[in-house]
Amino acid sequence: MARPSWIAQAARIAWKDLHIEGRSREVVYTMGFMAALVVLVFSFAFISGREVTVGPDVIAGILWVAVLFSGTVALSRTFDRERESEAIRSLLLSPVPRSAIYAGKLAATAAIMLLVELLLTPLLAALFSAAIGPHALWLGLLLFLGTIGFCAVGVIFSAALLRARSRDALLGALLFPIVIPVLLAASRATATLLDPAIPDLDPAFFWTRFLAALDVVFVVVGLWSFEPVVIGE
Amino acid sequence: MSERALRLMNVGKTFGRHRALVDVSLAFLPGQVAAVLGPNGAGKSTLLGLLSTLSQPSQGRITIGDEQLSRHSSLRATIGYVGHEPGVYGDLSAWHNLRLFASLYGIANAERRIDEMLARVGLQGVRREAAARTFSRGMLQRLALARALLHEPEILLFDEPGSALDPAGATWLAGELQRERAAGRLVVLVTHDLAAAAAVATHLVVLRRGRVARDETRASFSADDVRAIYEEATRGKA
Amino acid sequence: MLLSTMSSTRKPNTAFIVGLLLTMHGFFVVPVMVARAPLERTMGLVQKIFYFHVPCAWLLMLSTFVCAAGSLAYLFRGSERGDRLALCSAELGVLFGLCVMVTGPLWARAAWGAFWTWDVRLTSSLLLWLMLIGYGLARRYGGAGGRRLAAAMALFAAADVPLVYLSVNIWRGLHPTTKVVSSLAPGMRTPFFFSLAIFSALWGGLLALRMRVEHSQARLVELALAVDDLEGKSS
Repeated sequence: MARPSWIAQAARIAWKDLHIEGRSREVVYTMGFMAALVVLVFSFAFISGREVTVGPDVIAGILWVAVLFSGTVALSRTFDRERESEAIRSLLLSPVPRSAIYAGKLAATAAIMLLVELLLTPLLAALFSAAIGPHALWLGLLLFLGTIGFCAVGVIFSAALLRARSRDALLGALLFPIVIPVLLAASRATATLLDPAIPDLDPAFFWTRFLAALDVVFVVVGLWSFEPVVIGE
Repeated sequence: MSERALRLMNVGKTFGRHRALVDVSLAFLPGQVAAVLGPNGAGKSTLLGLLSTLSQPSQGRITIGDEQLSRHSSLRATIGYVGHEPGVYGDLSAWHNLRLFASLYGIANAERRIDEMLARVGLQGVRREAAARTFSRGMLQRLALARALLHEPEILLFDEPGSALDPAGATWLAGELQRERAAGRLVVLVTHDLAAAAAVATHLVVLRRGRVARDETRASFSADDVRAIYEEATRGKA
Repeated sequence: MLLSTMSSTRKPNTAFIVGLLLTMHGFFVVPVMVARAPLERTMGLVQKIFYFHVPCAWLLMLSTFVCAAGSLAYLFRGSERGDRLALCSAELGVLFGLCVMVTGPLWARAAWGAFWTWDVRLTSSLLLWLMLIGYGLARRYGGAGGRRLAAAMALFAAADVPLVYLSVNIWRGLHPTTKVVSSLAPGMRTPFFFSLAIFSALWGGLLALRMRVEHSQARLVELALAVDDLEGKSS
């Protein structure tokens, strides 16, 4: 038996998840709907009504909070399907390295989240007349980096909480303090890019590099810790 | 087909206050079908969890041939497992499920092998696109067996596979176990069903409160033999 | 097997007694040193909360790292002792964190008029504190895999420490400096270091005591199992 490469196995697992999601589109719909609702909720909560133009700080904040909150939906669903018929056991029993399972799950969950974000961002831009045009690619990069950072930690927690009754209550509560640097970096960079008045993009450069470094740290810790967390006592 | 023995040496497993297994030493030899029996809470599922590498012993060691089983071992590729739950993805079809596992195990000529396996378990007629979620319990168990056999494992582990099957399904399963025994595979079957055990077993292990109460090997066991051994081993205070 | 690989309770030895005496001495001496320390020019008496606040903040950070170290041993080598260490240091972290979160706003109110000014160090400490509280929640409510989940949290939290510190600083437009200690007036350095020493001794002592309790508890379980064993054999 020729053992496939680590990357091939991770890709295969990611593909499996995306294939299943492609057929039902369940996570995309529920996460997308929730994200849109979070945007609306924040709009009604923070905008006075008399003054409906909003600064780039608020727009960036709303975007990233919507991503974080609706992202927990994607995270909890990513392991739900594994738990269903104990498919996770078959996966863990196979010779696939557990780090490859982590990488595959990370890639698939991030891809699904990104799809929703790419639909959410123009929506937000339309709602608040935000100028996403000038730096669209950079914004895309920020979405990508922020999502990876969030999922890198989230996949581990979701896997660990697989069988816990209090999973839904705990996932967000445990995840958010740790991913605050992700939120901070991503929203500050986004706000800089959305601000038509700021000629100086240095903060955006800084925060983008910071996010990339953060992603590296989180993914490395994740790759290492997935196996001991998921393989029981 | 199997060359190597599966051995447990002084294996213990403790969960906090609860000792699930205590000082278990067993040898499972190739070509045997070993039935592991015992009352509820005797440690049968824990034992299987250890054999499938998804759990680590608190004491002692488990080896296949000369290699020790551990969390990271590549020995996982030599083990096939069928549990209560089928261990397949409900959203995927039978064919896609097997295709997934074939690629994860690195099986050459996957398509041919998958067709072979589906025919072997009697699922060749199933519509290629039907999601496994729509299958009956019996069909799911067949798919589970196909999944477990796909990579030609040396060792087959069964955890109460017949528990949710109807009589027809149970008969089919017994036939499969006979077939595996004839093929020379090493089979460990955890079950409550004494008659099913008697039908196929050549090695009988009775666990009681985490310890080995009986360990006997014979060319074959009659249903009465099994019942007598079981009752004698589990007599007395539970 | 009745014999256990765990050590039985140790009798206090010379080092322990000496340490105890020094600590007691410290508890009498340090407050006097702090009281006698020069008054800071602008804030006066209020500034002296700093002698409590800063050591607690450092000990919060130390607790996080010790928790991560224990978690590392637990996850990768199955060390039960590592797990106990992680639990105990997380608890201490929550305790000292509470001190930070009480003294910080008190100081802020007295010095700047507001309880919370999004001061970089205090905000970073808050995040760390929340992570350690999360550790406790994960252990209690995380189900069967709670301990492992908590251990993973500890690893991420430790990796997060520099990132949190840096990001909060840049967020507030400041570049991180260590001006806290080096800018101290000479008369203040000595009491500060002594205060730090005594708080660290307190931390270490509490950790040792707490570890002892956990160790005894584990030993108790082991003995109970051995008794069960004996009963099992005789039935």
